[in-house]
Amino acid sequence: MGRRPVEPVDLDEADRRIINGLQGGFPLSERPYAEAAGALGLEESELIDRLQALLDRGVLTRFGPMYQIERMGGAFVLAALSVPEADYERVAGQVNALPEVAHNYRREHALNMWFVLAAETPAGIGRAVAAIEAATGLSVFAFPKEREYFVEMKLRA
Amino acid sequence: MPETHSRDTLAVLDEVDRRLVRATQGGLPLVPRPWDLIGEELGMTGEEVRGRLRGMLERGVIRRIGAVPNHYALGYRFNGMTVWDVDDRHVDALGAAVGALPFVTHCYRRPRRLPDWPYNLFAMVHCKTRAEVDTLVGAIAGVLGDACRGREVLFSTRILKKTGLRLND
Repeated sequence: MGRRPVEPVDLDEADRRIINGLQGGFPLSERPYAEAAGALGLEESELIDRLQALLDRGVLTRFGPMYQIERMGGAFVLAALSVPEADYERVAGQVNALPEVAHNYRREHALNMWFVLAAETPAGIGRAVAAIEAATGLSVFAFPKEREYFVEMKLRA
Repeated sequence: MPETHSRDTLAVLDEVDRRLVRATQGGLPLVPRPWDLIGEELGMTGEEVRGRLRGMLERGVIRRIGAVPNHYALGYRFNGMTVWDVDDRHVDALGAAVGALPFVTHCYRRPRRLPDWPYNLFAMVHCKTRAEVDTLVGAIAGVLGDACRGREVLFSTRILKKTGLRLND
């Protein structure tokens, strides 16, 4: 896992082609980097080196399959807390300590901590919510999705 | 599984699939024959690895295979969760229309938590400037029209954690 820059990073034209062209569709062929490189006008070794550099620089957080835990019998649930400012760091540490917390963001609102719980079973979500409430003394607002209208997280470099 | 999944057939993973998920959830090896290398670790052929990954793609267990960028590194500093209080009679049709907007990356219906939280439609937008967010929020408001009774935009100002899914061993 590379660094996680918060400022924009300089990318050359080939890096941009890789980021824009490879956010999905990585081939399941014998030499997938060779096939993907061909489509991007690169050599296999150049694509591999550039992906490694993009990961090392933190431009990419990962290169691989994106799994959908719901299709494996598990669940993702968005949840939020209203955390007193004086307790923010303590509560962030308590929430982040749970392995079920996949992402956690500070957002500017009365509900100022928003996180995604991922568990292999729906019961695991309930246990994680209970653990967070017990550790923090705060009430968790859970926002399970009722309908998914669209998901496709692709960003242009 | 609960009835909420009735629209989808639940994909059953066997123990070999689960080992493959664990072996690849952190990323693929950057070598010319990655499937063979993964297969060596798991005691199967590269051909079998490819077949199982193809099966998981077809069943929707894998959404896609590729690069996951860091928004901030690409200059997307304004990551807004836009939330809307939309008339329940129209929310599904309008949610589909908002989800179809090219700049919306995620769009869901979620329960209200009254009285604190009146919003039932969530749409994420990722922008390089604050002004661009305002433009996109205006476009979403245009789609929702009179069916929308209120809205807010919650910007993320700090990533506290971002590891993604991790299956336990």
